[in-house]
Amino acid sequence: MSEDLHADREFGFHTRAVHAGARPEPGTGARAVPIYQTSSYVFEDPESAAAYFNLQEYGNTYSRIMNPTVAALEERLANLEGGIGAVAFASGLAAQSSALFTMLTPGDHVLASAALYGGTVTQLKHLARKLSLGLTFIDPDDPAGWRAALRDETRVLFAETIGNPGGNVLDIEAVAKVAGEAGVPLMVDNTFATPYLCRPIEWGADIVVHSATKFIGGHGTSIGGAVVDSGDFDWSNGKFGIVADPSPAYHGLAFHETFGTYGYLMKLRSETLRDLGGAMAPVNAFLFMQGLETLPLRMERHVANARAVAQWLAERDDVAGVRHSGLAGSPYAGLAAKYLPKGAGAVFCFDLDGGREAGQEFIRGVSLFSHLANVGDAKSLIIHPASTTHRQLSDDELAAAGIGPGTIRLSIGIEDPEDLIWDLEQGFAQVAKLRHG
Amino acid sequence: MAEPATYQDPAVVQRVLRRTKTVAIVGLSSNPLRASHFVGFYAMRHGYRVIPVNPREEAVLGQRSYPTLADIPEPVDLVDVFRAPPAVPAIAKDAVTIGAGALWLQFEVISPEGAALAAEAGLDVVMDRCFKIEHARYLGRMHVLGFNTGVVSARRVGFS
Repeated sequence: MSEDLHADREFGFHTRAVHAGARPEPGTGARAVPIYQTSSYVFEDPESAAAYFNLQEYGNTYSRIMNPTVAALEERLANLEGGIGAVAFASGLAAQSSALFTMLTPGDHVLASAALYGGTVTQLKHLARKLSLGLTFIDPDDPAGWRAALRDETRVLFAETIGNPGGNVLDIEAVAKVAGEAGVPLMVDNTFATPYLCRPIEWGADIVVHSATKFIGGHGTSIGGAVVDSGDFDWSNGKFGIVADPSPAYHGLAFHETFGTYGYLMKLRSETLRDLGGAMAPVNAFLFMQGLETLPLRMERHVANARAVAQWLAERDDVAGVRHSGLAGSPYAGLAAKYLPKGAGAVFCFDLDGGREAGQEFIRGVSLFSHLANVGDAKSLIIHPASTTHRQLSDDELAAAGIGPGTIRLSIGIEDPEDLIWDLEQGFAQVAKLRHG
Repeated sequence: MAEPATYQDPAVVQRVLRRTKTVAIVGLSSNPLRASHFVGFYAMRHGYRVIPVNPREEAVLGQRSYPTLADIPEPVDLVDVFRAPPAVPAIAKDAVTIGAGALWLQFEVISPEGAALAAEAGLDVVMDRCFKIEHARYLGRMHVLGFNTGVVSARRVGFS
């Protein structure tokens, strides 16, 4: 028998970012988490196989449902977020659609922030149409508005820690209170903050979803996502028969009763992931785990660079506004101080004087910022949302999401801040040429 | 209500998991969909001798069931309880009487009175925790399903 495993020690974030979920591989002693590039797993004997498929034993059956490399990532992310567990998916959108699919049935109502990522807005509208869900988008900044928009059929509240691209900071504690009183979970997309800057579960969120593609991976190499469960939500409160009632897929097994706080995650994995199939590839999980090892170090640099660039932009006469919630004049400065004390993220927008044409010229002028549709890379990124990421939204929806024709979104990387400012100066020079002909 | 964390000390949990060879499961059901059955099945798979204690069962998981703890004709290391909290103090007294080394109260079996009774008699006590999950966390394979075991260690150990 080995000694006790010191589970009572409260290890720090940096330590857990490097170690959680990744004990040395028992067979070989491999220190790095091996990439288990296998579709399936040989059973010890028929009894073990039966036990795995009956969910009586923790074990590997098929990599669409679980994989040791992916599991190590899941545990690490759950640990960093303060959740009881996680399930990884092939993308952030697969993660959030699966999280919703597990808890919703036709006729249910989703209450969502109007400042959500454009791809999320599109996904929710699509899901609502196909699955006959009610769907309301509301101003996320007013907790009373969340309460007023509740319906009897509302089954989830959904928002982002930091809105994209408006920079809204969610008053997580206040909205979690609304959700708690309504007996429905608050689901928070924590992609932009990462667990290093904010842990929504500590403020009352029930489910946290991520696009791991962004800061978790951190190097723009892989697509992936995850769902983390706080374990705190009572799925047996009468509103979630789809989670609590006996499942026809497992001979009448009642997931929440049998697995207690782990019931939702068991269902998310054993039914939703198994049946919809959006599994993360093991090699991607490996890359995301590598990313998590340096997450705190990178985030410190990301937020410091972002603060420097935002302040520099805010002082310019040719900038109409900078929507970085860490700036003193931001309407979200108070919420940022509360929820994001280490830094208000590294993705923010600013508005150029001159509208759509100026926006496109600005992008033409820069040479170090990469013009592409992603955020959260070590490399600095730039995009003009109205013509790209948010192109599917109507003008009204754009306005509701806080996007103007001259809005430029930056994702600030970990380069030297002087070089980033130099590059943005090139953009401004290009716009000036347009003005002065 | 007493703070259950008082009886959730990781060192105590691990000591109980390692010292236990025979576990009497009070309220063990023969219904394979019940949580108690999952735990009993799992404990047997992992080498524990399981003794069902349930007056409504003849035998569970192939093991003879006894109406009460006092009826068990052999030593018991751990008493694991799947009963409503009001039943716990009497079970705790029986656990002390038969000389069990530990009392384990499953999820939502929260009885500060029963826990204190056993603790004062020198038994290790765990409350509002699942025996299966804690075994899987420290000695088993909970990590294969992406659960947060809370374990951070660079030691190389085998998993059972």
